[in-house]
Amino acid sequence: MSGWPLFRAVGEAALQVELGDRIDDAVNRRILALDALLARDLPAGVTETVPAYAALLLHFDPLVTDHGAVEQAVRGLVPKAVAGVLEERERVIPVRYDGPELHAAAERLGLAAETLVERHLAGLYRVYMCGFAPGYAYLGSLDETLRLPRKLEIVRDVPAGTLIIAGAQCIVTTQTMPTGWWRIGRSDATLFEPSLAMPFLLAPGDRVRFVAEGL
Amino acid sequence: MATARLLVEAAGPLTTVQDAGRHGWMRFGVSRSGPVDSLAFRAALAAVGAEVAIELSIGGIVLAGREGAVGFALTGPGFVAELDGVPLGGWTVGTVQAGQRLVVRAGGGNWGYLAFAGQPQVPRWLGSAATHAASGLGAGAASAGQLLLLEGCRTLPGRGLPAPGDAAAITRVRAVPGPQDRFFSDEDLARLTGEAFCTTPGMDRMGLVLAGPPLMPTRLDMPSEPIVFGSLQVDGAGRMTLLLADHQTSGGYPRIATLLVRDAERVAQLPAGSQLQIALVGAHEAVAIARAEAARQRGWLSEVAAAETLEARLMGRNLITARVDMEE
Repeated sequence: MSGWPLFRAVGEAALQVELGDRIDDAVNRRILALDALLARDLPAGVTETVPAYAALLLHFDPLVTDHGAVEQAVRGLVPKAVAGVLEERERVIPVRYDGPELHAAAERLGLAAETLVERHLAGLYRVYMCGFAPGYAYLGSLDETLRLPRKLEIVRDVPAGTLIIAGAQCIVTTQTMPTGWWRIGRSDATLFEPSLAMPFLLAPGDRVRFVAEGL
Repeated sequence: MATARLLVEAAGPLTTVQDAGRHGWMRFGVSRSGPVDSLAFRAALAAVGAEVAIELSIGGIVLAGREGAVGFALTGPGFVAELDGVPLGGWTVGTVQAGQRLVVRAGGGNWGYLAFAGQPQVPRWLGSAATHAASGLGAGAASAGQLLLLEGCRTLPGRGLPAPGDAAAITRVRAVPGPQDRFFSDEDLARLTGEAFCTTPGMDRMGLVLAGPPLMPTRLDMPSEPIVFGSLQVDGAGRMTLLLADHQTSGGYPRIATLLVRDAERVAQLPAGSQLQIALVGAHEAVAIARAEAARQRGWLSEVAAAETLEARLMGRNLITARVDMEE
């Protein structure tokens, strides 16, 4: 299947543009580049853009514009949405690899816990998107040898600052929540501080490195 | 400026303070929040000239005037007020004074709005008083024992508000297909419009579970995509949920269709067990409907605001007189 970009109406007041249909580094970079281009010069009537893995949602005021006009404006930008448009910041997050499931995860992967930690530390990650909860940044891609399916059992009341992994993703949680992902570490980094004018440490497109603490 | 204090003696669950919503932060995972029924909310604001209202649930609210006096407006289908035991009915404006008790009860609808002719002194987050459900940030929940402080208070003569044109329970709802309708078989897509769905008691500010034929997604491998107010999301068990004001910003379950905003708001007001028939409309038609709907709403809201505008003008004149008096 080809034919990107694909445009889909989302109700009367939003349009979704898709540049792919799976989690893919190159596709996500283009989504974020498109988002950055739109931010520089929002088409008339567009009120908010929300980037995701392979799709970008544009909210608009239907009294000012419509799906067709917004699509026209976005089509013109798609060819310019290439890597390099988005300025990538680097964020460094200190982690203590002492999560309650570090050893279980390593065992399931057939690795020593130290190897899991080494390979996780060696990774260069990007924020593909934020969603689910405030400041909740999906980081990818995890080393191929570290990918585990979600656990069947959901653990409740997992505290903010927990480093969790599942599939090709890892996340440092920003609020107390239930999760079925593997808890491999903790971080004292402030990823979400509501009292700040910019409460979020991470934004879509940021590069992220982890450094070990207390090893 | 005049101060009023109101003690919350009782409040139903899910009672929160809301403004029009927190816009521009969904890219960081922060949903807009704001009212579930934005038309009833805007009517309450228009009636008293406010920017913030208390969103009431089926538990209603009891407020005791502790200091000063402040005008209020109550809106929302079925919600009725009683001031010191005297029934005021619904869609109403009045004034509550120190020593008086304002009791609001629900009677049909799920969400009511109580706005005041004064500024509630409530916390804001990212420029908005809207209560963000997951974090509690913003103005927050209203619960028993809280004292609500209002500044710049005005009193208002009692009056009834014109009824909204679409107060009748909605039975036929309009939706734009998708954006993830490709995850469903033709048979299930036919069921979406060919069979009836029913509201259930599974409801909060995040969403409303609909009962009906299971619509099984053919795959569950979509990368997480953004969600909007009115999304009809289907989970792995084939169960459909209408997503509302506190929806998550994104999710990996497919949205088979997206209700028009006003239709979604009206569905959110229905009691459990109400039957719905879903009709699909194209994007072009949806925009035309939204524009006609907005014109209708503007007309009605200006009627709701009319008396307040007069009152505000009179009040403005009094304030100027008062200042001149002081200088003398």
